[in-house]
Amino acid sequence: MKEIIWHGRGGQGAFTASRLLGEAYSLKENSYVLAFPSFGPERRGAPIRAFTKLDDKPIGNRSEIAKADYSIYLDDTLFNENSFSELKSDGIILLNTKKKIDNERVITIDGDSIAEKYIGLPITNTILLGALAAISGLVSLDEINSAIIQTMPKRLYEKNIPAVKAAFEEVSK
Amino acid sequence: MAKQFLSGDEAFAYGIRLARPHVISAYPITPQTIVVEKLSEFVEDGSLQSEFIHVESEHSALSCAIGASAVGARAFTATSSQGLLYMAECLPYASGGRFPIVMMNANRSTALPWNIYGDQRDSLSQLDSGWIQAYAENAQEALDLALFGYYIAENKAVSTPFMANLDGFVLTHTYEVVDVPSQEQADKFLPPFETENKMSLEKPKNLAFSAGPDTNSIFKYKEHIGILNAKKVILEAEQKFENIFGRKYTGLTENYKTEDAEYILITLGSISGLVREIVDKLRKNGEKVGLLKIRYMRPFPNEEIAQVVKNAKAVAVLEKDISFGNEGAVYTNVNSALQKAGINIPSSNYIGGLGGKNISPQEIEDIFAEIKSGISDIKFLGIGGCLNGSYSKNAQ
Repeated sequence: MKEIIWHGRGGQGAFTASRLLGEAYSLKENSYVLAFPSFGPERRGAPIRAFTKLDDKPIGNRSEIAKADYSIYLDDTLFNENSFSELKSDGIILLNTKKKIDNERVITIDGDSIAEKYIGLPITNTILLGALAAISGLVSLDEINSAIIQTMPKRLYEKNIPAVKAAFEEVSK
Repeated sequence: MAKQFLSGDEAFAYGIRLARPHVISAYPITPQTIVVEKLSEFVEDGSLQSEFIHVESEHSALSCAIGASAVGARAFTATSSQGLLYMAECLPYASGGRFPIVMMNANRSTALPWNIYGDQRDSLSQLDSGWIQAYAENAQEALDLALFGYYIAENKAVSTPFMANLDGFVLTHTYEVVDVPSQEQADKFLPPFETENKMSLEKPKNLAFSAGPDTNSIFKYKEHIGILNAKKVILEAEQKFENIFGRKYTGLTENYKTEDAEYILITLGSISGLVREIVDKLRKNGEKVGLLKIRYMRPFPNEEIAQVVKNAKAVAVLEKDISFGNEGAVYTNVNSALQKAGINIPSSNYIGGLGGKNISPQEIEDIFAEIKSGISDIKFLGIGGCLNGSYSKNAQ
């Protein structure tokens, strides 16, 4: 099973990203997915987490992910030294930041700049999903695009699909 | 069938759409979940031909469903936690009137302290209301229960309302892959609602009738027999369901690796998935453990439970409920089943997951380890024992 934790602030779309990843993965044969937020009242700006579990057999354990294969931060103010404690031994952190982080377990992407260019808003959830696809191979760009088209209205998916591609290519460099 | 990526709430809404209710009545505000929001979208986009009635409270939501059912309509409503409690006055009107309403309840904690997270104290407090109570483990089972609900409730020998329970958040707000059956398949399974228990302009009747001391017990006896009749109808419905949809269900309980099990954990709802994984893990170490998942709390599977656990060395009940001053309600019911069957084995109660508290894999393993001691106890998971253990210092 692959386990992904999404970190964001209320309004940044972390739960949407966890669902899009799940929906993209569910397009594969024999795929089983759970996607859920950290439960509770949602408040704009408050730290929230969301979870995606991906497997090729039914997933019985519905509890929050304790150790992740990928831990993703839409907002770099949520990233700190404790972030490594929720990773599996070979787990990777994917961080949206303009900073350079000198740690081989941390992959950074300047998602805000891509968002500004393609979406016109500082919303990076689909961009980080594109970056995750590039570093993990868990889902393909086509699968992400299908999930986005099924989920978003046209005026949004027309902006998000090129943003996802740009993020995928940026991280693949 | 079409594979879709849905939350438990959405899956249930798809199931209700397939059941073609005439009337949906709902109070749309907290603690309501989005099942009725989804249904209102279906009505709006024309994919569901149904009268959607926004009411001013949960009390009115069920009253409205009763009124609809009384003129022969197929009715649906949904609620959660305090909403179910506010509705409680109407629950025995629906069951006593023998109205086969289906309701979805999102299992969430009750106040105080105020808490919107999941546990099963809301529905378990209403076991005596005369409703059938089913508990889903995942979103697929939730969708299927929407169809089962009407099939079972509307059976003439049953004529009892049906409450389908989904663990709050863990099922209602979690997205997963669900097979959504076609309308043709659903129609094949669930015929249109026909009943003689209705009034019309041609045949006016009394809605809230009274029965004095001479006849009241007879009504209550017949109500009891009606809900017991559901046992047979559930099995018949599941056979027909399997023939049409290819998915198998196992009646009032689901038993996992219990045939030769020495230690059996009894659960309700979505936590069963985790217990099944722990059973597999412990079985690999040669431990003879098993899971008994209760799917229906009413009618209660007395004989089924006794049959499964009769050769076990000990059992434990893990539930998200406490009947203050006694023990968990599921535990009381299970012990009654054991006693009636003359099964005298240690039986413990673990009360966990209250107010949405996470139950970890390690805690499930610990339960299996503890019940081997042969000592019966009632414990709040992670806090302390109440019966044989002295009250925990942590809890003071």
